[in-house]
Amino acid sequence: MLADKDRIFTNVYGFQPWTLQAARARGDWDNTKALLELGQDKIIDVVKASGLRGRGGAGFPTGTKWSFMPKEPKADRPNFLVINADESEPGSCKDREIIRHDPHKLIEGALVAGFAMRARAAYIYIRGEYIREAETLFAAVAEAYEAGLVGKNACGSGYDFDVFVHRGAGAYICGEETAMLESLEGKKGQPRLKPPFPAGAGLYGCPTTVNNVESIAVAPTILRRGAEWFSSFGAENNRGTKLFQISGHVNKPCVVEEAMSIPFRQLIEEHCGGIRGGWDNLLAVIPGGSSVPLVPAAQIMDAPMDFDGLKAVGSGLGTAAIIVMDKSTDIVRAISRISYFYKHESCGQCTPCREGTGWMWRMMERLRTGDADIGEIDMLQQVTKQVEGHSICALGDAAAWPIQGLIKHFRPELERRINERGGDLAPMQEAAE
Amino acid sequence: MPKLKVDGIEVEVPQGATVLQACEAAGKEIPRFCYHERLSIAGNCRMCLVEVKPGPPKPQASCALPAADNQEVFTTTPMVKHAREGIMEFLLINHPLDCPICDQGGECDLQDQSVAYGRGQSRFQENKRAVTEKYMGPIVKTIMTRCIQCTRCIRFAEEVAGVEEIGAIYRGENMQITSYLEEAVTSELSGNVVDLCPVGALTSKPYAYEARPWELRRTLTIDVMDAVGTNIRLDSRGRQVLRCVPRINEDVNEEWASDKTRHAVDGLVRRRLDRPFVRKGGKLVEATWDEAFAAIAAVDAGSSVAAVAGDLVDCETMYAAKALLASMGSTLLEGRQTGMDYDTSSLAAVNFNTTIAGTEEADAILLVGTNLRWEAPLVNTRIRKAIKRGAKVFAVGPETDLTYKVQWLGADLSVLGDLPDAVTTAFGEAKKPMVIVGGGALKGGHGAALKLAETLNLVRDGWNGFNVVHMAASRMGGLMLGYAQKGGIADLADAKLTFFLGADEVDFSRFGGFKVYVGHHGDKGAAAADVVLPGATYAEKSGTWVNLEGRVQRGERAVFPPGDAREDWTILRALSEVVGTKLPFDSLAGLREEMYTAVPALRHEGLARFEWNAPALDATASGVMDGYPIKDFYLTNAICRASPTMQRCSAELIHGQDFAEAAE
Repeated sequence: MLADKDRIFTNVYGFQPWTLQAARARGDWDNTKALLELGQDKIIDVVKASGLRGRGGAGFPTGTKWSFMPKEPKADRPNFLVINADESEPGSCKDREIIRHDPHKLIEGALVAGFAMRARAAYIYIRGEYIREAETLFAAVAEAYEAGLVGKNACGSGYDFDVFVHRGAGAYICGEETAMLESLEGKKGQPRLKPPFPAGAGLYGCPTTVNNVESIAVAPTILRRGAEWFSSFGAENNRGTKLFQISGHVNKPCVVEEAMSIPFRQLIEEHCGGIRGGWDNLLAVIPGGSSVPLVPAAQIMDAPMDFDGLKAVGSGLGTAAIIVMDKSTDIVRAISRISYFYKHESCGQCTPCREGTGWMWRMMERLRTGDADIGEIDMLQQVTKQVEGHSICALGDAAAWPIQGLIKHFRPELERRINERGGDLAPMQEAAE
Repeated sequence: MPKLKVDGIEVEVPQGATVLQACEAAGKEIPRFCYHERLSIAGNCRMCLVEVKPGPPKPQASCALPAADNQEVFTTTPMVKHAREGIMEFLLINHPLDCPICDQGGECDLQDQSVAYGRGQSRFQENKRAVTEKYMGPIVKTIMTRCIQCTRCIRFAEEVAGVEEIGAIYRGENMQITSYLEEAVTSELSGNVVDLCPVGALTSKPYAYEARPWELRRTLTIDVMDAVGTNIRLDSRGRQVLRCVPRINEDVNEEWASDKTRHAVDGLVRRRLDRPFVRKGGKLVEATWDEAFAAIAAVDAGSSVAAVAGDLVDCETMYAAKALLASMGSTLLEGRQTGMDYDTSSLAAVNFNTTIAGTEEADAILLVGTNLRWEAPLVNTRIRKAIKRGAKVFAVGPETDLTYKVQWLGADLSVLGDLPDAVTTAFGEAKKPMVIVGGGALKGGHGAALKLAETLNLVRDGWNGFNVVHMAASRMGGLMLGYAQKGGIADLADAKLTFFLGADEVDFSRFGGFKVYVGHHGDKGAAAADVVLPGATYAEKSGTWVNLEGRVQRGERAVFPPGDAREDWTILRALSEVVGTKLPFDSLAGLREEMYTAVPALRHEGLARFEWNAPALDATASGVMDGYPIKDFYLTNAICRASPTMQRCSAELIHGQDFAEAAE
């Protein structure tokens, strides 16, 4: 188990107030000026050395991402940092805990990261449904301004840095980095074509880096305690600690900070009180938020919870939003519900996702009730392949993967339903005249 | 200049070109729906997917991918084939199979590409999506269930037309293209979205269910609704022109046409003069050609004869009339119907010298008394392009919405003599400055504007920035043929016999003599005439027109005139035997040969170059403009006044009458 002294998020359960005073007592904003005095390149080097990979799902090395930003921004094209707090992935709830209980970790991280990438300002794009969290964040930013920690001459470092909080309007797609930029600019939230990438032309056409809340919030602690400390956790290439969010059929669902690469069984036993009804009752796990394929019980039990370990079992770490399903779950219905979510949240811009998500959901609904033909399972698989990799952003992939996981691991269940309902012999529906 | 390989063929493309353009350069066809050369790149239809190495192991949208050195592009691999089939299937699952009743049938991108790249059959068993129709005005009919959300119409409205009135609402499969408030799109270019729409979602409302493309005879000709000289194709069936669509001419109209150009054609079969009339006892009564000619001969005007050219006539007609008058001993010719009398001693001083295409390159523009949006909509789109490149625009005249940001200098023309610092600074820095003088300022402002050509140094090496915008298709041709008097039309008032060649905008009360109207529509001119001779419209004759930049263009005859009506030059030729000396040409070719001899510049299609030799005029400008010459864009000539579509556009878009229909 991760020792308490090694936890970055020491107030993740809200046992202490979120305020600046309490945050300072926990060690935040402790001589931030000294961190900035390390210099931009040094900060990026430390983050690179720490092995921190982006916590938003894709797992791109954070330090490398920061290093893509122009070293000498032009006066009319400043660099921007955009912090993605549009946490909308079903199952994911870590950014919410950070923002409502430890917002100063995020704001300090914004300053440090923004300074490192020579950004003029940070925009925190917070999910529209997070109303109390947004209130907290607004108040925390105001506190930080008042204390001179951000704004002109932030922390007395001589660096001017603004932090703006922008509330979203409740669209999942605005969590996609370029759709978020569109939304910030006041347009309809639709992903942009890449290239150009945000580091070249992002917010208002200026170089921009979009980072997840957790990636930013851990940065100051990494700088204070050193890259070696951070990289002492987790397996090679999957370093650090991570907020895991376990929901579903465990005895005690929770958000908990743990070392990366912790085996699934250990994580559940130590923090969640085990699977409801025992380990034999485990059916499947969606290990990284709704968009990654599910993993059946036998394969997940001893898998290490990190990017590479879950890739090896055909899934992904995503945001480490672990959805545990025991044998009482109607697995087809669960995946069908996820399909509905993606159909509902598709932005409608590009063809495969716009047309494909609705088609996939409708087929899933028929598979749920068995009102289908055996051959349609393969057809559905083909349709998911027609969506995957053909869309502008990754939402198309995210809609396709859960279904592919279902077909891969639970095809007998799909066939059973069709056969029980009558399958090929089902009475033909006649058109009304 | 990146060099890359497309299916093994090595091509070199200009810097900044896309992979799609590289594929085209290699002769490979790439299917597409959302991509359009003249619009920004959306990359949303995903039909143009190709395999690119190096790159991720998935197909890439070629329309949005920059071509780079050493790329290898594959357009025929199984990956590409499957990707196209997949996209095609997705596009079709919610597309209705109503091709038999769809106006796009036969010229539909979706149909064609479905045949070429689709799977052949659908596997979709669910219910199809239905979308309610949207109201977009009198020109554009919507059947939104057919929409494939390519967003070409949105991008056109925003980028070219400059009205942000079409957009997409909702998301996912519920995404809908709409005019937001279900109001008519207030653009004079709205009809172009019909051409842009790759499916049958946006079709032409006046043309709905009229004809199939394979029934139509296509005739290439020139539009006469304004002086731009839009290159058009008239599609006719039998004796009727059913529609008008633009042709591509990069120098003139690119591939756009104004709504008036497109939709005035339904006026060609209404209110037509199809037989001669002679006024007897104060009333026009039907007559034979002989009776009508006899009535004209009876005037016995001698050499006191004049001719007024209307806005739509071709050079051939004007030349025939000029020859007829010459044979009678007169040179009283005038085309400026409304009484303008600007100096025409140098045609360069009344020409659009920068050229329409050249406008795009301008970096400082001063509009003097012109509402370009109505006077020359397709010049206005070029100015929008210039602004995108960074041009600054100033304007003198009453403030109006030109679809772009303009710094207004007031409506008093005297400002031309004392331009504000902002203007002189901008023009001082400009490399390609432009002044555009409209019809509203030619009276009183011509001299001052010509003075600006000197003070602002508009004419320099390889660049002439002095421009006049005319509004009549016949104007430049008329001026080349000498249809201008020193005192304007007032000089003609005393003639005993006057020929009005399709001239309907004249103040007829000032003409006391015998009035002969040679034209095609029963409009003001015919109502005032003593003898009416039925002529041909621009669709019914082969003719030469010179557009506002001095570009000589020729059009072909699409259909024949109705009833007894004849091509205008043949009327004048026949009349010459009765009233004067028989004109020496018996065919159009013969007439043209004479005309070319008289005005050599008309012989060759293309720009007639006028040497810059500005006359010295009184440079004091004064007078406050209280409006622009065109009061109603949709009703500027006899053809559009006879067109139900133009009447409806005028009522709805200019006068705000409500035509929105209740849902059924």
